[in-house]
Amino acid sequence: MRLEYTERQKAFRKEIRDWLAAHVPKEPLRSFDTEEGFAQHRAWERKLSGASLSAVTWPRDLGGRGLDLIEWLTFEEEYWRANAPLRVNQNGIFLLAPTLMEHGTEEQKKRFLPRMADGSDIWAQAWSESGAGSDMAAIRCKAVRDGDHYVLSGSKIWSTRAVWADWCFGLFRSDPASSRHHGLSFLLLPLKLPGITIRPIKQLNGLPGFAEIFFDDVRVPADNRIGEEGQGWNIAMATAGFERGLMLRSPARFQQTAKRLVDLYQQNRATADADPAIRDAVLKAWMDAEAYALATYATASRLARGGQIGAEASTNKIFWSELDVSMHEAAMSILGARAELMPHAPDAQGVEGWLDGFLFSLAGPIYAGTNEIQRNIIAERMLGLPRA
Amino acid sequence: MDFTFDDQQLAFRDAIRKFLMVEAAPEWLREIWETRSGRSLDLRTKLADQGLTAISVPEPHGGMGLGDLDWVLAQQELGYYAIPDSLNDTAYLAVDLLKRLPAGHALAAQWLPRIAQGTARIAIAHPVNPFTADAENADLLLLWHEDEIHALKPAQAKLTLNESIDMSRRLYRIDWTPTASSRVCDASAGRAIWEDLLNRAGLALAAQLVGLASRMLDLGIDHSVNRKQFGKPVGSFQAVKHHMADVAVKIEFARPVVYRAAYAMQKGQADRAVHVSHARLAAGEAARLAARRSIQVHGAMGYTWEADLQMFMKRAWALEANWGDRSFHKARVAAHVLDPVAELGPAHTF
Repeated sequence: MRLEYTERQKAFRKEIRDWLAAHVPKEPLRSFDTEEGFAQHRAWERKLSGASLSAVTWPRDLGGRGLDLIEWLTFEEEYWRANAPLRVNQNGIFLLAPTLMEHGTEEQKKRFLPRMADGSDIWAQAWSESGAGSDMAAIRCKAVRDGDHYVLSGSKIWSTRAVWADWCFGLFRSDPASSRHHGLSFLLLPLKLPGITIRPIKQLNGLPGFAEIFFDDVRVPADNRIGEEGQGWNIAMATAGFERGLMLRSPARFQQTAKRLVDLYQQNRATADADPAIRDAVLKAWMDAEAYALATYATASRLARGGQIGAEASTNKIFWSELDVSMHEAAMSILGARAELMPHAPDAQGVEGWLDGFLFSLAGPIYAGTNEIQRNIIAERMLGLPRA
Repeated sequence: MDFTFDDQQLAFRDAIRKFLMVEAAPEWLREIWETRSGRSLDLRTKLADQGLTAISVPEPHGGMGLGDLDWVLAQQELGYYAIPDSLNDTAYLAVDLLKRLPAGHALAAQWLPRIAQGTARIAIAHPVNPFTADAENADLLLLWHEDEIHALKPAQAKLTLNESIDMSRRLYRIDWTPTASSRVCDASAGRAIWEDLLNRAGLALAAQLVGLASRMLDLGIDHSVNRKQFGKPVGSFQAVKHHMADVAVKIEFARPVVYRAAYAMQKGQADRAVHVSHARLAAGEAARLAARRSIQVHGAMGYTWEADLQMFMKRAWALEANWGDRSFHKARVAAHVLDPVAELGPAHTF
């Protein structure tokens, strides 16, 4: 055990800190769930990529920087510390890319990853269907083989970023006779193909962060399939593992929220201290955010020694999502009657982005596999309790 | 940056685990509970044979000269098996205190070799604890008095037994009068020693609480796999699964905090107090939840004397309030987090 950064790691941190200080937009970008904000965020991805900072753990020849997980954590710490923009391409970079690296062909990696890294292609996910949410194996969207193409029909829903994104990835039933998790294929496809209709869905904040995607005999080349035909479920599970497991929600995000919460509390102690529960919640926020960081460093260290990511994919997801909700609830309590103010309201000084963050935090225990599903996974795969 | 234990440390932990699995079976603990002292000479001898009394005694005094990172793994196992012995007070806490006495102090040379051999028991009285465990059974009492360190034989103090719900804990109120001859060390030297003793005790209990939480989780799992209702194991029902999964999550996120605190202690890092208190709070929360959820999934059996769960719950409840209760540790975390000049947020974890 050695809990100190090497000189090389320290130098890297400084480089990132300096670069971000010089380049992070002074004015916050608009939400990437608006057309203008989406374009601003795409331009930011391009800028990051110009400094080889958009996907730091990828190999250099694919648009990355070849860094290890400790350096990735360092990058994330500096990124969140600098209040840099949210990552509009996170579905691609953090969810799809690890799957492509593991299961894609060399040709596919070269075709998709560099364009993902520089923001040319922004990716949406297309997992859920109206009848397949937590029960993802109930997928019905069809991909019928026709020569060197698949013909897609059906619909996907809760597709994050799909309103303005360029591409999507998801599971489709390529064997019509199959059921459950058999006979599914993992396909990548442009969202501008003929036969695709996108119906935006407004989220809790009124912006179209979701979409429903309708496929009406959409022709997708078979070489857009990752892995073997019919093997989509296993490949997707690998993606789901990464999503929950390590990369999607780095601890720095929650440490930064915890720090902002401490600041908010300090600025409002005259009123906040009337309720001792608030102080407790603030201390707990700091402790839990640190605990999540420590657990992630432990996992990264273990992976560096050749270990595999295991049940922590599910324990992590529960921990960070519940932490995020508690932190934002505490902020709402501190803000009291001002908490309901929209950020642009004339008297909304000091409410910052807490309301938006609170709304978004409520999605955490639901997306990427609900926390109830995660608890089942923990109980059955980690603790060995019998299946129902 | 490497947040893992090395193979040697893990092998030592595994050896302790194997040994305790045999020597500290629940039925054996129950027998020790029924004895007058709540302690077993036989068990102490075996612990010494395993080297557990010698872990941090310096090599010149017959020990292994290891540190907090080795202890933290051992403490988890001591918690998991709810060891009824004053090993922690004697071989971890008292050893550290004795090692840090001003150079050449006779007490260190006199007691460290005996501790390493397993032939001495030492009890420590600090005002953060109203009672001192094992005071009557000890060969030596080390006592706090206004940051001074004093040493007495148990016979030189008035000891009043206070029974604990954890039958392996023999608690005493100690009435004594400090004198020049009982004084080992003055307050100026004693202050830092007591401060670190308090931190080490907090760390030790945090690690034991994580071990206890794991044991209670395992007992809950065993019961819910074996107990059948409605024609199937109760562990196949989601309500029961989720009870257990919640405990697993708490444990997963308490353990690295405890290891972080052990590292801070071993390296004498300036912010070790906050790491230790964080570890205590996280581990205490995990242990409390484990007790609560495990008794629930045990059903009526959980409320009996017969089910082993009781031994681990009672130990957890007792430890959680010792060497600083929740409010004590929260106050230490608050002192750091609410310090206007504290560096918080990303990039300040290490």
